[in-house]
Amino acid sequence: MLSKIVRTVANQLILFILIFGLYVIAHGHLTPGGGFQGGAVVVSGVVMLLVAFSSHDLKKSLREPVLSIMESTGALIFAILGFAGLGTVFFYNFLVGSPIFGRVPPTGPGPGDFWTGGFIPLMNFAVGLKVIAGLSAVILAIALFARGEEMEE
Amino acid sequence: MDFLVTHAPILIVALPLVAAFVIPLISIGRAGDRGRDIFSLAVFAFIAFLVAILVQNVHTVGIRVYTFGATAPELALPHGYMVPVRIIFEVDSMSIFMGIIVTTVALAALIYSLHFMKGQTGQARFYSLMFLLYAAMMGLAFTGDMFNLFVFLEIASIAGAGLAAYRTNMAEAVEGGFKYIVISAISALLVLFAIGILYAQYNVLSIAAIAHYMQYTTLDMIALGLLAGAFVIKLAGAPLHMWAPDTYTVAPAGATPIILAASYMSMYALYRVTFTMYGGQIDTTAIGWIVIIVGVLSMFIGVMMAVHQTDIKRMMAYHAISQGGYMLLGVGVGLAVLADPVALANYGRDAMTGGIFHIINHVFYKALLFMTAEAIFFRIGTRDTNKMGGLARNMKWTTAFYVIGALAISGIPPFNGFASKLLIYETVLKFSPVLSVIAMFVSLVTLASFAKVFYAAFTGPELPAFREVREVPKSMIIGMSILAACIIFLGLFPGLVVDNIVAPATNALIDQAGYINAVMGAVP
Amino acid sequence: MEHVAGNFPFVASALLIGIAFYIILFKRNLIKLIMGIAMMSSGVNLFIVALGYRTGGNAPIYTDVPPGPMVLSVPQALTLTSIVINVAVLALMLTMVIHTYRLTGDIDSEKSRKLKG
Repeated sequence: MLSKIVRTVANQLILFILIFGLYVIAHGHLTPGGGFQGGAVVVSGVVMLLVAFSSHDLKKSLREPVLSIMESTGALIFAILGFAGLGTVFFYNFLVGSPIFGRVPPTGPGPGDFWTGGFIPLMNFAVGLKVIAGLSAVILAIALFARGEEMEE
Repeated sequence: MDFLVTHAPILIVALPLVAAFVIPLISIGRAGDRGRDIFSLAVFAFIAFLVAILVQNVHTVGIRVYTFGATAPELALPHGYMVPVRIIFEVDSMSIFMGIIVTTVALAALIYSLHFMKGQTGQARFYSLMFLLYAAMMGLAFTGDMFNLFVFLEIASIAGAGLAAYRTNMAEAVEGGFKYIVISAISALLVLFAIGILYAQYNVLSIAAIAHYMQYTTLDMIALGLLAGAFVIKLAGAPLHMWAPDTYTVAPAGATPIILAASYMSMYALYRVTFTMYGGQIDTTAIGWIVIIVGVLSMFIGVMMAVHQTDIKRMMAYHAISQGGYMLLGVGVGLAVLADPVALANYGRDAMTGGIFHIINHVFYKALLFMTAEAIFFRIGTRDTNKMGGLARNMKWTTAFYVIGALAISGIPPFNGFASKLLIYETVLKFSPVLSVIAMFVSLVTLASFAKVFYAAFTGPELPAFREVREVPKSMIIGMSILAACIIFLGLFPGLVVDNIVAPATNALIDQAGYINAVMGAVP
Repeated sequence: MEHVAGNFPFVASALLIGIAFYIILFKRNLIKLIMGIAMMSSGVNLFIVALGYRTGGNAPIYTDVPPGPMVLSVPQALTLTSIVINVAVLALMLTMVIHTYRLTGDIDSEKSRKLKG
């Protein structure tokens, strides 16, 4: 655990990092980014918390069952979105033309429209959720393991 | 039912992935261990049913192409497109043949693990990893796209290494898993490099399209060398086989057969790249001879190292390397005469059939032998043959299964090893008599080493330490008897199996034009 | 010499892969082995991204892009997938090295071996 200044600044900064990470996840179909990239940004914020507070304290906030459920839910939402188009073909973009994310953009350069892309933004969210849960669990498990503790008490 | 047949290729790969992620949720919930076991068995039974109907479908209708995200499953080349731009699955007879092998072995291993894993922690992760490994191997069998091959190869490696290092309280287990993941990571990076070279030249990623546009330039030769080297590392072929004994020995019982099957999936990927993607343009005689030499080295080094092992599972792992050499020998002879139609019709096709038939035989009897070795370890806690003795008195079923497996691997008549080895001996004799003599000698030494272990471990006076040893639990016996029944069936009716399953696979490998036309249609 | 200067990304990728092979084959410390594999994956990823470059091209994104040709976008997708897979592989390898250190007390590959022959 580091000094009080570091802990206070980390507490304030994690919110901005979280918002930036979610922005990168959400705009994956318009600007560079997407599920994995945004998830990695959020996890770098979690690493900042891990350095500022000790892993022993962070284990009380990020419990292992919660992370496991988040990870499985992300993967299941991704798979369900794939199966939902099975009336035609697997991974068929069934949301094109519908009111959710369904607008078809004009071809060529232009300002991006957020409500386009079909089910790709939804898949970005699912992948982002899974990456946040998975990578935080990995980093927390390695940090605890190197100190001699396990993740599930 | 039509719906299931149309979408079977993707359901077989996607359902185990979904099951792998549902299992942790079930374990955290209130259903607990029993619910998880029932769920795993139910999902796996459904997937086995889907594989059965897909087998029937591929053998009647022909090559099945499944495009992701198009408006119809077979529409790989939509109106106005010159190259396939979507991810495709292309299932031909060779793919579904490997699918049958993997599904049967995984079913037996799953039933075997139900009791074996009791008492270990983190069991939900074990079953998740097994489903992930199964999904990755079926994806590797069905894929029609080079980059998908790389992704599924990596998923199989990661899941396999996680399973091999499962018993983290033993230092050897972690060491075996570590070697597996290092070797797999390096070979997968070589595959990615070769995919980059091929993409830079032809701008397409699907196997049929690359085969269509292939002109055999120097860069393509480099790519073939990298791909062949990476796949020979992954299938434990002779000069690069050092990782295999360590990894197969330390994996827990239900996982070893599936990791073994993953090595033969890499062999399938090697055949897919050599026969279908490069096809008739390579110098088949030279490449065929290289495959034959790797096969002969594997046979010889494997069996010579196996004879003096004292750890029973390590001996079986070396025998796995040696039998892999038989398969490479058979298919290598077929590849060497691919350009010569007379020799191909005379003995080349039968050599390839023998090599491919040996894959299914070997995976079945090797899985059975590994399961018996782990059954012994489960009951007496050691794998050292110097300490065992007189086990046949108390473990009658295990002894019977060991005898069946040992006779099958040595090629003794009523069991399945005899049929495929006879095919290989006869056809390789017409190609080059020296190789056939080496193959028969290796078979003799195999029988000798298994007989030695049988006398040491099973017969002989009963040791006082093992007086209370009982037979293994029922679920383990059921798992082993599924494989034993398959071995006996394949041994008694080899003609049935060869005509219906193996010969179409050989034809699918030799017939490159059919594979390309299934995707590219009538594009000239 | 202008061949080297013109193809500099490929030369750099070849150097990275070559040095990584040397590390993997000849260094005995397990952590250095993992770093060698990370370096080799960086080399292969650099190779794949570099082969998509077209001279004077812009990023392959339609949002507010200046007019002109674009670089190829498929190699960027392939590289992203490869980076994700290598993160998982490196995490797995690091966990195994920590286990080995706990169980044998050594991360030298010669001293912490138990399976021989």
